[in-house]
Amino acid sequence: MFNIVQRRGLYYLISLSIIIPGIVAMIYLTATIGTPVRLSIDFKGGSLYTVKFQGETSETAIREVYTRFGQPDAIIQRLGPAGDNTWEIRAGAFTPDQQAAVKDALSTLAPIDTSQSVFDVVDPAIGGEVTTAAIFATIAAGVIILGFISWAFGKVPNAARYGVCAVIAMFHDVFVALGVMAILGIFLKWEVDALFLTAMLTVVGFSVQDTIVVFDRIRENAPKYRGEPFEVIVNRSMMETLHRSLAIALNAAFVLLAILLFGGATVKQFIAILLIGLTSGTYSSIFNAVPLLVSWDKGEIPFVNQQNKVLA
Amino acid sequence: MELFPLIWLGASVLAIVLLSVFRPNRHITWLVIIVSMASFAGWASLPNNPGIRLDLNNDGKREIDIPIDIRQGLDLAGGVQILLQADLAPGQQLGAGSMDEVRRIVSDRIDALGALNPVVQKRGENRLIVEIPGYQDTKAAIDLIRQTALLEFVECPANVPIQSMEGKPVRTDYKEQQALAAQTPGATPTVALTPTLAVSPTPDTTGTPGALPTAAATPEPPLCHTVMIGSILSDAQPQRSQTGQYIISFTLTGDGSRQFGQYTAAHIGQPLAIVVDGVVVSAPTIQSTITATGQISGKFTLDSATTLARQLRYGALPVGLTVESSSTIGPTLGQISVQKSVTAGIIGIVVVLLFMLTYYRLPGVAAALALLVFAVLNLAIYKILPVTMTLPAIIGFLISIGTAVDGNVLIFERMKEELRRGRHLDLAIEEGFKRAWTAIWRSNLSTGIICAILIFFGLSFSAGTITGFALTLLIGLVINLFTALIVTRTFLHFLVLVIGDEALMQRHWLIGL
Repeated sequence: MFNIVQRRGLYYLISLSIIIPGIVAMIYLTATIGTPVRLSIDFKGGSLYTVKFQGETSETAIREVYTRFGQPDAIIQRLGPAGDNTWEIRAGAFTPDQQAAVKDALSTLAPIDTSQSVFDVVDPAIGGEVTTAAIFATIAAGVIILGFISWAFGKVPNAARYGVCAVIAMFHDVFVALGVMAILGIFLKWEVDALFLTAMLTVVGFSVQDTIVVFDRIRENAPKYRGEPFEVIVNRSMMETLHRSLAIALNAAFVLLAILLFGGATVKQFIAILLIGLTSGTYSSIFNAVPLLVSWDKGEIPFVNQQNKVLA
Repeated sequence: MELFPLIWLGASVLAIVLLSVFRPNRHITWLVIIVSMASFAGWASLPNNPGIRLDLNNDGKREIDIPIDIRQGLDLAGGVQILLQADLAPGQQLGAGSMDEVRRIVSDRIDALGALNPVVQKRGENRLIVEIPGYQDTKAAIDLIRQTALLEFVECPANVPIQSMEGKPVRTDYKEQQALAAQTPGATPTVALTPTLAVSPTPDTTGTPGALPTAAATPEPPLCHTVMIGSILSDAQPQRSQTGQYIISFTLTGDGSRQFGQYTAAHIGQPLAIVVDGVVVSAPTIQSTITATGQISGKFTLDSATTLARQLRYGALPVGLTVESSSTIGPTLGQISVQKSVTAGIIGIVVVLLFMLTYYRLPGVAAALALLVFAVLNLAIYKILPVTMTLPAIIGFLISIGTAVDGNVLIFERMKEELRRGRHLDLAIEEGFKRAWTAIWRSNLSTGIICAILIFFGLSFSAGTITGFALTLLIGLVINLFTALIVTRTFLHFLVLVIGDEALMQRHWLIGL
């Protein structure tokens, strides 16, 4: 039988090679802008103008307009190909009067196609409340997932180990997604918005479920193959559930990839995060959570009691 | 197509009768139920569904009139979305029902814009979300919403029965001048908020412009002359008079005292109508000269007196509103995104179907058919509930299609294991469905709870996008329980019946082994 668990060192290394650059990026962003990832106007307030001009204009010209309204630090980016003349401008909040004035001033650069433009303004005051609500939602989801894990493994010997490994896999996914957002935040100015949170919670739910299915099988197989080394039982269980894990991840990935490649520009970030989370979730279940159980059993994890064997 | 609901209803009743008479096995029963549900859902999800509109007794009036339309969210239809919050002083509490009153007033004002299907909803305790599809002028909408009520004291031509016109509209010369000024280029657009027009009391009523013949005969409301406007009031409170009636006592500003004093002194015995936003509230008769303070008596209840006093103090809105966020969305951007995403989604689904067919063969056929049933059931529910379709909602639906086959995958993998252990086909299928059930409902439960959290999170402020995504995902999970388990099993049963299980046991590749 193909032995997946054997090369666990390599899997941990692969995970770390993604997570560590992400953490470095988060530290860098914290040092430069004060938050580990770029926050969108959903959380900190401000304005986001996705504007389609009907002619050429330049970043300098747009910045000049924003500077006149006291926003010289606006983030101005082209969206889509150059001929599209669509720009994304992130700046501080405007009053309704200022907003109308900004629009007028920009339309002197080139006529604006309002039918293909979106102007969002969020007052900084509500941003704080949204952040609080988001933190509550995350905590609630975390508590429910932990409750779910402890319920699924409550009556198994060494339940805590299964739980801890599942939770580590969950944090793996969270860190991968946040790290990727931090890196993309530096290079592409990607921002974490309410949809990012939605994508994360959805994906974490899927990921934990994936882990539980494999763990379930180990629990089922353990008494059946008494006498086999734990590593072999784990490997067998994993091979048995691998088809299912991959088939499910593939089906979701097919749909997501199709939307990412052919779908509209406005949802690309959301889909990208879902896809990254899904990949990470599938990877962490197979290549982190399960090998970790074996590492723990073999006493390979430093500072952890090496006497208790998982096999009851 | 308009007759479909009747035909469907007839066929369903017939089916129920036949089923209860012949009592066939559960597979046939389920097949009948599935075909019945799927055909209705298929009809409902037709793009140009006529809706359920039936004229039962042919009197030209439809007794049943249920439209079945896709409700497009603002990000697809384009328009203006504004989140407003009650502007409360620290420690100030909103009176019970105040926010409902604000909602009603704002709703009336937005209706005046004439947009199709505007939405004005309360969000939480002190927020209001306003959505105006197909509208682009955010500033004008905000000005309109936050406009304080226009309170006018008016004098009407003698032939207008003003004292019997409570609750009826009148036109006023002040308001018409304002409207005229607003239409003139270069005029200050905030005229209604800070009236600059000095209205001097005019004791002379003859020659009032546009004096009307008889108010009752003309459909157009009578035109009255504005004597003073609300800015002369400094306070207004509901009170109970000595005779036990509810009245409103008001205090005038210094300037207001002078104007009011002059006017009332000259018009004792004449009616003076109080008009709020163009509607007559009451038309008391001036009984004495009024200077610093005065009273408005009318047929008030405690409620109506309180409301009017508040309107006099703050304008029509019981509280001020601040804008928390606004979004101005061009109408074609969303359409382009939708077209692209739907095309992309269809490509993705076709790939999923192909995968299921090549990987699981015959069971894959059953799963693919079940997936089509899943899709029409979802679409029908979106239209009937209705679910507001935003771009994230569409993505939630597409992802739920991608994950809808999860259940099938679990079942089929179990089935293959049982077959490998040498079980007979029928038993393997039964076992597969039975064993996979725990895993399926567990995974649906955990995702379902997360969806519920997201819906709650999304509703607590305006992020309709999050709610849309979580809602379609959640609906997909629930329907999936039915399609993955019952629909797939029924289809698989009949496929096996048609091909013959002996033939299948000899051709293992057909069942994906």
